[in-house]
Amino acid sequence: MSVTAAEQAYRDHWARLLALLTAELRDLDLAEEALQDAFAAAVAAWSPEPPGNPPAWLLTAARRRALDRLRHGALAARKLPLLIVDDPDPPSVIPDERLRLIFTCCHPALSMDARVALTLRCVGGLTTREIARMFLVSEATMAARITRAKKKIAQAGIPYRVPAGPELAERRDGVLATVYLIFTEGYAATGGDRLIRADLAAEAVALGRMLRELLPADPEVDGLLALMLCHHARRDARLGPSGELVRLPEQDRSRWHREEIREALSLLAAVPGREGRAPEHAEGGSGGDRFPGPYLLQAAIAAEHATAVRAQDTDWPAIARLYGELERLTGSAVVRLNRAVAVAEASGPEAGLELLGGLDRALGRHHLLHATRAEFLRRLGREREALDAYGRALEVVGTDPERTFLLSRRADLSVR
Amino acid sequence: MRYVLLPVRDDSPGAEPGPAEREEIIARWGRFNEMLAARGAGRGGHELASSGIATTVRKTAGEVVVTDGPYAEAVEQIGGYVTIEAASMDEAIEFAEACPSAVVEIRPVPDRG
Repeated sequence: MSVTAAEQAYRDHWARLLALLTAELRDLDLAEEALQDAFAAAVAAWSPEPPGNPPAWLLTAARRRALDRLRHGALAARKLPLLIVDDPDPPSVIPDERLRLIFTCCHPALSMDARVALTLRCVGGLTTREIARMFLVSEATMAARITRAKKKIAQAGIPYRVPAGPELAERRDGVLATVYLIFTEGYAATGGDRLIRADLAAEAVALGRMLRELLPADPEVDGLLALMLCHHARRDARLGPSGELVRLPEQDRSRWHREEIREALSLLAAVPGREGRAPEHAEGGSGGDRFPGPYLLQAAIAAEHATAVRAQDTDWPAIARLYGELERLTGSAVVRLNRAVAVAEASGPEAGLELLGGLDRALGRHHLLHATRAEFLRRLGREREALDAYGRALEVVGTDPERTFLLSRRADLSVR
Repeated sequence: MRYVLLPVRDDSPGAEPGPAEREEIIARWGRFNEMLAARGAGRGGHELASSGIATTVRKTAGEVVVTDGPYAEAVEQIGGYVTIEAASMDEAIEFAEACPSAVVEIRPVPDRG
């Protein structure tokens, strides 16, 4: 199926045009409706021949539509306050206001659900129906969620601006978290009958690329995109013939998308002082280097997995080191659990087991802690203790496939 | 835009600050009010007495019922209000961060003009 000129223009220009119109009209709703009308008009008007400058045509059409709507008073009943837009840029060719749109959609005063929906709608250009389908809710529910979010932006005075100074770093983290949440929802679906929703993950990757274009020279933005690419590249190998999840060591690595992994590696290589590898200095040796952030570290870990030709070629000492850095940065118990797995691979199960000590308070309700401990104990030949640990894992495990897996592992023990 | 900042505090018995602590809290609020004044943002406000001595009046089905206590039973209660004028939600958040209370709810005042 060939893509029409109007469809292509939608993909290329939606976010940029919406961002600009929102700055001009100071009304996200009006801007969205006017732009939607302009694209609808383009479908008929651009056949057989599209205009010479499609975005300029669309912008003119959308401005006219907005004026019509304002004149006819269709919006008079709405009475939402105008958006707060600071120092609007003087109109040049078509100024790029997409960052304002992104930061507004991902404002911390909005709930995470609202940020995700608004970002996909306004920045990703997805229709409300598409977003509803991806999140397994009705179109009416999703429409209400988006409307409520837009209303809050206007009524609470959430400004249409890119934050400056120290605020920028903090707010950028909120944007990255929103994009990564969209990705993980696609990558490890929490609901529905499919384990992976590649379309949603692909949208997140596209958003990651856009962010990189708009916030160049930000290592964490590069890190997030590299991280998503490394995971996304494995999508075809992660599902077995009957839709079941295939774990990393068993995946057919010839089915990984190599060009995406290459892109991720080149992103990591471009970050100063990283080259996508763990730094050589040991614990405590800061050496005045720029510390990599959490996304960059996670990307470096994913890249180690992605570049191992076979599972047994994985550089576990490097991964264990990276998890050590990540744990120092985040203090997260889940990161420590992952680090223990890497350390066990690199230095044996005894060392891994030691790292699990003290995690029960934070992760006692998490079956992976007990299952991991059980696996270490099994490898150490301490089967009686392994049996107990499997029992605790089975008490708290959530999904059926994981329960089945744990039961079969426990049944393999020689003790009962 | 106008906003009201609502500092939230623990009103459970025994949570009241001691005299020295009380003095420190008053000093911090004094500095916060000076900051609001310097930025031309303060529009008045008050500390509220403990919700333990609140009185609630409910009018239902033509009947007026007066009860002892706040309208909602909770350990955390609104401890006062500060009306501010801010350029946007971002500036309101900045003021809420500077406010001495550990929890602050921000409520925009609708413009009915």
